[in-house]
Order: sequence, then structure tokens, then C-alpha cells
Amino acid sequence: MLTLVTFLPLVAALVILLLGRRDEGGTARLVALATSLLTFLISLIIYAGFDPGKANFQFVQEVSWIPSFGINYRMGVDGISLPFVLLTALLTPICILASWQTIQKRVYEYMIAFLTLESFVIGVFCALDFVLFYVLWEAMLIPMFLIIGVWGGPRRVYAALKFFLYTLAGSVLMLIAILALAWQGGTFSIPELMALPLSFNFQVWVFLAFFVSFAVKVPMWPVHTWLPDAHVEAPTAGSVILAGILLKMGAYGFLRFSLPMLPDASHFFAPFIYGLSLVAIVYTALVALVQTDLKKLIAYSSVSHMGFVTIGLFTFNQQGIEGGILQMVNHGIVSGALFLLVGVVYDRLHTRDIVKFGGLALRMPVYATFFMIFTMASVGLPGTNGFVGEFLILLGAYQSSKWVAVVATTGVVLGAAYMLWMYKRVVFGVIRNPEVEHLSDLSPREVALFVPLLLLVFWIGFYPVPFMDLFHVSVQHLLVQTDVNKMAMMATAVLP
Amino acid sequence: MSRNLLIIVLPLIGALIAGILGRRIGNKSSQIVTISGVVISLLLSISVFVRVAVGDVPAMHEEIFSWIVSDQFRVSFGLLVDRLTAVMLIVVTGVSAMVHIYSVGYMHEDPDQPRFFSYLSLFTVAMLMLVMADNFLQLFFGWEGVGLASYLLIGFWFKKESASAAAIKAFLVNRVGDFGFAIGIFTIYLVFGSLDYNHVFAMAGSGNYPATIDFLTGQVNTMTLICLLLFIGAMGKSAQLGLHTWLPDAMEGPTPVSALIHAATMVTAGVFMVCRASPLFELSETALSVVTLVGAATAFFAATVGLVQNDIKRVIAYSTCSQLGYMFFAAGVSAYSAAMFHLMTHAFFKALLFLGAGSVIHAMHHEQDMRRMGGLARKIPVTYALMVVGTLALTGFPGLAGFFSKDAILESAYAAHTTVGQIAFWLGISAAAMTTFYSFRLLFMTFHGTPADHHACDHAHESPHIMLAPLLVLAFGAIFSGWVGLPMIGDGWFGSAIVLVTGHDALAQAHHVGGFVKVLPFVMFVIGFVVAYLFYIKYTDLPRFIAEVWRGSYQFLLNAWYFDRFYDWLLVRPAKAIGQGLWKTGDETVIDGYGVNGLAATIGQWAGRMRTVQSGYIYHYAFAMLVGILVLITFYA
Repeated sequence: MLTLVTFLPLVAALVILLLGRRDEGGTARLVALATSLLTFLISLIIYAGFDPGKANFQFVQEVSWIPSFGINYRMGVDGISLPFVLLTALLTPICILASWQTIQKRVYEYMIAFLTLESFVIGVFCALDFVLFYVLWEAMLIPMFLIIGVWGGPRRVYAALKFFLYTLAGSVLMLIAILALAWQGGTFSIPELMALPLSFNFQVWVFLAFFVSFAVKVPMWPVHTWLPDAHVEAPTAGSVILAGILLKMGAYGFLRFSLPMLPDASHFFAPFIYGLSLVAIVYTALVALVQTDLKKLIAYSSVSHMGFVTIGLFTFNQQGIEGGILQMVNHGIVSGALFLLVGVVYDRLHTRDIVKFGGLALRMPVYATFFMIFTMASVGLPGTNGFVGEFLILLGAYQSSKWVAVVATTGVVLGAAYMLWMYKRVVFGVIRNPEVEHLSDLSPREVALFVPLLLLVFWIGFYPVPFMDLFHVSVQHLLVQTDVNKMAMMATAVLP
Repeated sequence: MSRNLLIIVLPLIGALIAGILGRRIGNKSSQIVTISGVVISLLLSISVFVRVAVGDVPAMHEEIFSWIVSDQFRVSFGLLVDRLTAVMLIVVTGVSAMVHIYSVGYMHEDPDQPRFFSYLSLFTVAMLMLVMADNFLQLFFGWEGVGLASYLLIGFWFKKESASAAAIKAFLVNRVGDFGFAIGIFTIYLVFGSLDYNHVFAMAGSGNYPATIDFLTGQVNTMTLICLLLFIGAMGKSAQLGLHTWLPDAMEGPTPVSALIHAATMVTAGVFMVCRASPLFELSETALSVVTLVGAATAFFAATVGLVQNDIKRVIAYSTCSQLGYMFFAAGVSAYSAAMFHLMTHAFFKALLFLGAGSVIHAMHHEQDMRRMGGLARKIPVTYALMVVGTLALTGFPGLAGFFSKDAILESAYAAHTTVGQIAFWLGISAAAMTTFYSFRLLFMTFHGTPADHHACDHAHESPHIMLAPLLVLAFGAIFSGWVGLPMIGDGWFGSAIVLVTGHDALAQAHHVGGFVKVLPFVMFVIGFVVAYLFYIKYTDLPRFIAEVWRGSYQFLLNAWYFDRFYDWLLVRPAKAIGQGLWKTGDETVIDGYGVNGLAATIGQWAGRMRTVQSGYIYHYAFAMLVGILVLITFYA
């Protein structure tokens, strides 16, 4: 089942490749959309078959791959990874639909890149073998690099390279960490390595190596500067997938590897993570305040919001971690929607300069309404999904450190400041730019992009129980794992 | 669906229909659907009030569904109706229904009516959610919800730069307050392990909590910390000194909005919250003293500013700010019932004043500056008469609503026999004189004297019946709600909804204060009236003369003690400057300049040097190979 959901898009990409270039990409679009919808459907079937009462991995598949090194093709999901599989499967068809008209050159290659990307990303969230994980983690960079570098804006090559090199630098260290772990444990199996006793020193080094890689992806301050550039240059759908899913991979890495495998080092480094996250929240919120480029503003707000997530994950209590996971999903939905909204006006006006907007509400009332709702979700207004996540994170943080919670809460005030000010300048006011006079409101296709995201905003905002039930048990299990003192285990264990 | 739930659901249905389908179903249908939602909700509220307040059902409580569950943390949506809530239900649905009806006339020419009515109903839903909450998080939900509605309605005329700026200001200042509120909620959960009123109040009442708690810099008193944090939230929403700056600006919204949200209901949410949390506030003398002082200072400050304002709505806005101060210092001296009583009477007469002012503005074709009015009494006599009723009720003229409630507050403050109580009493008394002065100043400048603008005055016309009818209903309330509500401040009328610890009997003692305390408010009324009469009827050159002579003081008051300029200098400019600095210096120069691109440049240089090694000459490579082989042999052989 997981293999199907992972590789179906890749197969479709091959099909598009075989069909060849014809009718200016119309077939490629249709195949891509149909496949991504089918993938989403399969992910829902997986969701239906998933038993949230169990903490262990489900839908596990294991096939020997490179037996001489103990490398297997191992797939499986638990309550922590399944939400991200679902999120990816949901956002990809939306991205493809969003690119329906905006991408007119090399449609065929574009769709192949997108489907490949989906395939690799889902694979990353399902992989239970370190080698498989690493291969997919790296492979995913290629389509993303191409999406920014080929279909991006004027400075796309600089942005794509910056993105690529930043991530690659982290990946090299991750590879070393993986090899060290596998060396120590004699296996590449992720579930088995979770139970491996490790000395404190070893944990610290492996943690730091992982940290660099994940921090770049999250991105945490100060390794965040690739993100605004990448977002600004990426095409709309690229930004959506980047903010919606790729940023989640770093935080997912912390959840999946750092916390359960290196609990002592995680506790040790928690204050350090808090510090960087707080800087990210306040610093990038202030930077977002003065942005003149709409997309850059939302990119900086992403960094600020991901700061909340990393705080949540390192609170080591149920509310904080669950809030963190939920906030990752929320951020995927809300910032995805915000980037789509920017794309809508960019398609019409070919500018992202905030000064060029103003008075959009007069010509695009439906657009203004959607924009308002997602802005409020980003600000974390109760009734939207953003509130539930932020509240749980801060509640969790308050229990582990009051200072952290108090400083982080100022981010909520600043967040409202930059978002509302941006909204005012873009949507309210009188029309100053004559081009705005001729704007048309959202087309039915564009409305279709936002409706599913809108429903999720309110559903999670008012009744998050079914979503959170998905990962209660897994998070409980994770907390048990992080409570283990692996150093003590190390002392008593009989080492080979 | 239970009756209590319907009270919330009906306006919600109205808001959704008008909001989503408004463009299709048109103005009339949007009005009908929202108004009928709120009116039925009002009727249901009355029946609930009768059951709870007149009948002997102590409280109704039901849980609707689980909202957030995470491990031990569970919060539900629930509905709690006790007498405290019942009073609020009447006030909220009552004023909301009147404002809805009034708006049909007032917004007659506006192209965006469905949106307006949708927002009004949305506000009502959030406010009802707030007052019917059975836990602190749902209270917060409603709290932010009314904030959103307020933001949307202040910025309703979004084409106006000042309107959308005022909307943002209101949202942000409230966020600052909510910052405290949120941390207060975290602390409550940390201390009591729950956010349900029942659970928290029971544990607090039995003393089942740690006396001190570690907070930021050291050990602090638990209950004082919780109450002060909650009070910061209340200060934001109820525009108390320091966090009041958004309220006068909020007058950018359409006048019916000012009446509903910025006078009668939303701004009283802070007072309601303090009364609701009386089981906590009672346990901290420090917090109560702070509440008293802040309330009294606000009552005084806003009254001084109200003396000199020229915009008719701003005068009433500062008056609201000042009256909210009265309610807070009543709560601060443990006279919660008196605070609630004044909240109710104030809702009627202040909504009346605002809607009356709206009628004046409507008559004058959207003129708000009182200096360009005058002599309107003859042109719009009904509005004039109703405004007089509102003014008398506000200024505490004997027999009208404000007389009962304001006197109860002042007497309680005096009877508290504490230093802060005394301070509050004297500040309150002096504010009372100023209240009378600015209220009659408003009446005289607007309705009396000679018209400043003959053309506009000649064209002034009385408002249509659909606007006057709600005014009549509210005037009725402004006259009689004092009589009707008097039992509220009787002994234990609110039952278990308001808790008093032994010794906090200011309200009970209020009957025994000396004669001068009872007479003083009326003396202040007379003084205020006489001065206003002399200044604005008899010697009309006097105000300008005084303003010239005491120019500094006049400017100080006119600019509302320069709070806005101070905040701009202290917060707004630095935030932008720091943001700019972090972006240009932090991100672009340091991280990217020295870090990323610097690294790239360095690598580039090295690569350039390395490239020279690849010279392409065979003998260079052969030499390198030889060296390599040599090294390998040395190590492995």
C-alpha cells in the first residue's frame, strides 16, 4: 500500500515521459492531475485502515535490498508520519491545478518534476530504512532544484543554487551521522536503531550532525536565508510545495530521529534549540514587518512560524509535541494557501511589490474574503487551525520554561502586526495602480484550489479531535522513548 | 437543539447566509435573515433570563462537544447560563437587535449592506460565545472573535486609509492585552490542571493550590499573578488606561457599530471577565487594588480628555472609556454586582447616546465636528429629546438609570474603607462632574445656540422611524433599567456566580455611608451642568479664551495626554527600524554576505587556484601520480 502511494506518481511520471511531448502538455497535465488525485485517494484509504490505537509502525513492508550491508527496502507509517503523507498527497493535486495555466513552457517536464517530487517526498515520510531514507531525501532535491531553476523568476539560478548547496551541506553531515549510527547498531533499520543504547558523547556528535541538516530544512535561524530567495524565485506551486511540505521534513527529522534515538542529547540541546527558535520567531517577525515583496514577507513569516514548531517539539510534553505536529500541518495548509493567493495576483499583475497593490477588495471581493480567512489562520485566531497548534505549543512550552513561552507569545503579537499591515496595504484602501482597475475575481478553478484548504482551516480550528487522535498514541510512545536514559542503558548493557 | 444553543446558532445562521449569499439574495433578504436571527435570539434570551433570574433555576450547564484534547488537557465547548450570564444575554441580544434594526435606516445608502449585517451578526455570535462560556479557553475564543468582528467593522469602509489603520490598531492593542490573557490561561492550567470554571473556582475556593509560583525572575504570589495577567487582557478589551488608545480611533467605524461594540457590549467584556473570575480575584488583595487604581485612573483620565474633544463620537468614546473605569473600580472594591449593574444601565444609555449621535450625523450628512453644528434642536426634535434622556441617564440625574448604578459604585468605593477605595472615590467624584460637563457641552454645542453652518442646518432632517424606534426602546431602558435592575445589587442576587470572601462587604456597607457621600454626586452634577451652561450657552466666548490662556494644558488634553505619540516613539518606529536593520544587516550583510556568499566566494577562489593544477600537461599528471604512489606505498607497505 505504501509502496503504491509512493511510487504511483513516479510511474505516472514515466508514463508522461513515454507518451512524449504532444499537444503542448495538455495530456501531461491531465495525467498528472489524475495521478495525484488517485494518490490522494489511496492515502485516504491508508488513513481509513490506520489504527490510531497502536504505537508501532503499520502497513510495514520489508524486502531485502542490499543484503550484504543489511540494507532493506523498509516502509511503514505511524501516527507521526501519516499526517505528512496525507498533507503531501493533498497539496500535490492543488499544486498541479494551480500550475494549470501559469506554466506554459515545458509543461511536460514540469509535470514530470512535480510527480517525481511527490513520489520522493512521500517516500521520505514512509521510509524505515536509513539508506532508503537518505537516498529519497537527496533525490528529492533534484526535482525541487529544477522547479526553481527552470520555471522560476529572474534570479532563479542564484536561488536554486543557494537552496541546493545549503541543503547539500547539511546532507553530508547527515550521511556521516547515519553511517555512525549504523556502524554502532549494525543495522540500517530505523525502528531498531531507536532502541539502541548510546553513550552521551556519541549522541552529542550524532545530534549535531543531524541538527545541521534538519535546521537548514526547517529552516532555523541563522540558516534560513535560502528560504526567502527560494520562495521569491520559485513558481507559485513550487513555493506551495516548498513551504507546505519540504519545510516539514526538517522538523520531521527531529521527531523521527533526534528525539527517540538521541534522547539525552535532545534534552541537553533543548535550551539551545529554544534559543534559536525564539530568535527566529522574533527576528524574522520583525524582518517580515518591513518587507516590500509580498512573497518574501510570507516566506519570512514561515520561518517565524516554524520557530514555534521547533519549540513545541523540544518541550518533551504531550501538548507541546502534539501542537508542534499539528502546527506543521497547519502551516502546510495556511502558508500553502497564502502562496497560492500571492500567485493569483502575480498571474494578473506580474508584480509582488506590495506598493503596487491596494484596493483589491474593490475588484476581487471573493479573493479578499479568502485572503482574510487565511490571514486570520496565520495570525492564529481561535476558530482557525492556527490557534489550536500555537496554543498547544505555547501551553507545552509554558510547562517546561516560562521564559520561552512568554518570549514566544510576543511573536503572536508581532505576527498579527505584519500580517494585518500587509493585508491592509494589499487588499484595503483605494486603487492606486490603474492595472488593478481591470482585475477579475477568482475563477472557478482558483476557487477550487482554496476550498479544500479553507474547509481544513475551520475543521481543525473547531474540531481538531479526529486529526489529533491520529497521533496521540504515537506521541505518547515518543515521550516514553525520550524519557529513556540511554546513557544508563549504556552502562548496564553488555556491549559486544 | 437546546434553547441556549439556539441563542448562539440563530445569529450564526444569519451571519453565514448574509455573508455568503448576501450578494445573491440582496439587501432586503440579508437584513431580514440577520434581524430575525437576532430578534428570536433576544426572545429566547428573555425566556432564559426569566427562568434563571426570576424563576429559581440556579444555573444551566451543558457540554456541546470536545474541542481540544491532548493528554491531560481537555477543553470542551459548553454553555453555562447563570444569573451573571443571563444579564449579559439580555444586554447583548437586546442592544444587538436594536442596532440591527437601526442600521436598516442608517446604512440605507451603503452598497455593502449584506456584508455589514453579516459582520454585526457575527459579532453577536462571538459575544454570546464569550458570555456563555464555561471555561477560560472558550471565553478566549469569544474574546478573540469579538476582536475580529470589531476589526472588520471598524475597517468596514476600507477605502478610507484612517479606517483600516484604526482597525489594525484596535486588533493589535487588543493582542497586547491578549498576550497577558493567554499567559494567564497557561498559568491557570499549570496551577489547576484544568480550564473549566467549575474545577478552577472550586480548587481556588478550597485553597487547593500553591501559594507561590516561579515566574520569570522569581517566586510570586500565584493568585496575584493569574489575576493580573487576566486583567491585562481585560484592560485591552475594555480600553483601560495604557491600552485605551484604540477606542477613540475605533470611531472610524459606522456609528451603529460604535453603539453596539464600542459602547454597550464588547468593551464591557473585560468587566464581565473580572466579575466572572471573582472567585480568583477575591483571593488576591494586590490584584484587586490594581484593578481599583487602574479603573479609577481611567475614569478620571478619559473624563479630562472628553472635556475638550470636538468630534461628537470621540466625546462619547472617551465617556465610554471613563464609565468602564467606574465599572472596574467597582469590581476592584469587590462590588461586582454594582459593576454589573452599571454595565447593564450603561449599555442602554450609552447605546442610546451613540445611536442618537448617529441620528445627528445622519441628519448632518456625515458631519461629526460639533463646531459645525448648533441649533439642531428645532430641526430634529425627537433625536434631541432622546439625547437629553441619554445624557441625563449618563450624568446620574436622580431617578434615571445612571443615578442608581453610579451612586452604588461611588458609595461602595467609599465604604470599602481602604486607601485605594478612597482614591477611587475622589477620582470618581471629580470624574462625575466632568462627565456632566462634557455631556451637556455636547448637547449645547450640537442642539442649542445658533447654527454654525446654516446651509447644512437647513437641510437637516429627522431620521426615519426605523431609526427612531430602536432609540425609543433604548430610552425606555435608560429611564427604567435603574429601577428594574436595583435588586441586582441586593444581597447575593447573583448567587454562586459571584463569590465574595469575608470582609469584602463594600457594597453591603454602601447603604451606611454618610450623608455627604450620597449627596456629593448630585452636587457634582449641578456643578458640571452650571459650568457647561455658562461656557456654552451664556458666555460662549469663554471656552476659546480659556483654551488660549492655558494653551499647554488644552493641547495636552486635546491630544489625550500624548499617549499615541509616545507609543509611536516607543514601539512603532523602533520595531520598524529594528526590522529593517535585522533584514539588511543581519540577513543580507552578515549571514548571506559573510556567511553564505562569503563562503561561496572563498570556495570560488580556492577552486580557481585548484584549477591551475589541472594544467593539461601530461608530465604534470605523471608527476602527481608518482607522488601519489609514493605516499600510498609509504603508508601501506
